[in-house]
Amino acid sequence: MTLKLGVPSKGRLMEKTFDWFAKHDIALSRTGSDREYAGKVEGIDDVSLVLLSAGEIPRELAAGRIHLGVTGTDLIHDKLPLWKDQVVSVAELGFGHADLIIAVPNAWVDVDTLDDLDATAAAFREIHGMRLRVATKYHRLVREFLRDAGVADYALVDSQGATEGTVANETAEAIADITSTGDTLRANHLKILSDGLVLASQATLWRSRTADLDTKERNALNALLGRIEA
Amino acid sequence: MTEARNRALALRANFEAAGAVVVEPPVLQPAETLLDLYGEDIRARAYITNDALRGEQMLRPDFTVPVVQMHMADGAEPARYTYAGEVFRRQDDDLDRANEFLQVGYEVFDRSNPAATDAEVFALVSDAVSHLDVRASTGDIGILMAAVRGLKTSERRKSALIRHVWRPRRFRALLDRFSGRSAVPESRIALLAGNDPFQNVGAVVGKRTRSEISARVAALHEDAKTDPISANEMDVIDALLNVRETIPFALEQLRDLAVDMPAISQAVEGLQARSEALNQRGVDVDALSFEASYGRTSMEYYDGFVFGFYVNGRADLPALASGGRYDALTRRLGNGVEIPAVGAVLRPGLIVELEGPL
Repeated sequence: MTLKLGVPSKGRLMEKTFDWFAKHDIALSRTGSDREYAGKVEGIDDVSLVLLSAGEIPRELAAGRIHLGVTGTDLIHDKLPLWKDQVVSVAELGFGHADLIIAVPNAWVDVDTLDDLDATAAAFREIHGMRLRVATKYHRLVREFLRDAGVADYALVDSQGATEGTVANETAEAIADITSTGDTLRANHLKILSDGLVLASQATLWRSRTADLDTKERNALNALLGRIEA
Repeated sequence: MTEARNRALALRANFEAAGAVVVEPPVLQPAETLLDLYGEDIRARAYITNDALRGEQMLRPDFTVPVVQMHMADGAEPARYTYAGEVFRRQDDDLDRANEFLQVGYEVFDRSNPAATDAEVFALVSDAVSHLDVRASTGDIGILMAAVRGLKTSERRKSALIRHVWRPRRFRALLDRFSGRSAVPESRIALLAGNDPFQNVGAVVGKRTRSEISARVAALHEDAKTDPISANEMDVIDALLNVRETIPFALEQLRDLAVDMPAISQAVEGLQARSEALNQRGVDVDALSFEASYGRTSMEYYDGFVFGFYVNGRADLPALASGGRYDALTRRLGNGVEIPAVGAVLRPGLIVELEGPL
């Protein structure tokens, strides 16, 4: 069989991943029409390209169905609780920088730290009879972060998109989301807590610890790793 | 599993003989109640499922909440309940920990004599495991809570500390700040130095109103004027948290501390009364260990007597049995109505495993 490399199937993440491999003289490309998720690999033998949604790459790596995969640190940490046993980071690719942060309304002048957030959550619950809602799609990461910080009386509410808008829409009081520049936060009257960095993420090439390798695949892996380190 | 189940039923029958009524709460519990009680952390500990009609449901992570609710709905006092069945614990970090196991429990709702009911529960559990190579740990969260309530500081600071008694790290951080051991964050200093905190912040968005924000700013101003908790009181709290002795020596140390902090006297006398009640039940109190900070990390809202039985030389195993007094939990579930409650659970699966093949 061939060594399977999983790469995000569309958008800037795919293009930048292709560019990064090109710098190491490995040409990745999509084949067929724009709608067909097939790809090819040139410049190295016995490696095949698997185009996947970035969100599915952690699961495929953990299951050992792909040997290598490119996806963000945030997705690996959130989707794979035992990620240290399942994958190992091969190279940080230097793009796709995104920080998972906790943000609250800019007008919360009394709230700058997680300590303030906790005190505010207690008061909010007393006044409104409900826990302070934090909108996010990174449930596990955020819950562990807030638990370690000793924040209580909050509720996570699921938000799969337009998370910054949930505060103004009053479906959440705070958010935990990926931000790269902070413009969207500012436009939605939000600010980042000074100690509210949950995780600094970037696109990373991961190797599966669980995928089996036959001789041909092992040779391909060693060749590829050698090329990357060169 | 059959052997464990038989043992579970036998243990339940013992508790029934001790005067308890058998109850069988449903496996599926409304998630909202448990979330309101334990907060978001319960999601990391319990399996959640849902349907279109009832919304989120939890596979019971323990029996305490449904038993308390059952009792509050139609229980006469005093009451004793027992149960046996599976509980389910989500495990995200460790495949070796059981995500489904049998629990047998005994819960007492009785206002008359807390020391006697504490001793009753402990002695019954002790009898069920004492044939194994186990040691018991005990504690009393009520003493720490009494110490906090007795601090010479603002009510607001005391309630912040009480709220985090079960989160030791946050509790410590608050103590350090209230005593001036840690620095005030710069953002706080800037906020308190300014005249109009709302200058240049733009629109107030969201459900938390401007007046709520102003109220907390005012509270922070007031807090800044509050004297730090004295070094003397901090020393007593530190000494209290470090008490780790057999019960007679622990009592001696706590009585010494009560000289400097009379607020804990009543709670210390409660420990004395409990120790006498345990003695009357045949427990060797002189050999029983007491740790003042024992039981603070559990999510059970224990706020008085706490105990656990552990297998010697098997740090890999969870407690074979654990329990305590949870008046605070009944207060939360009863919207302020409190029912003095003490109870314990055993793990029959572990018991038969340790006994080995006959």
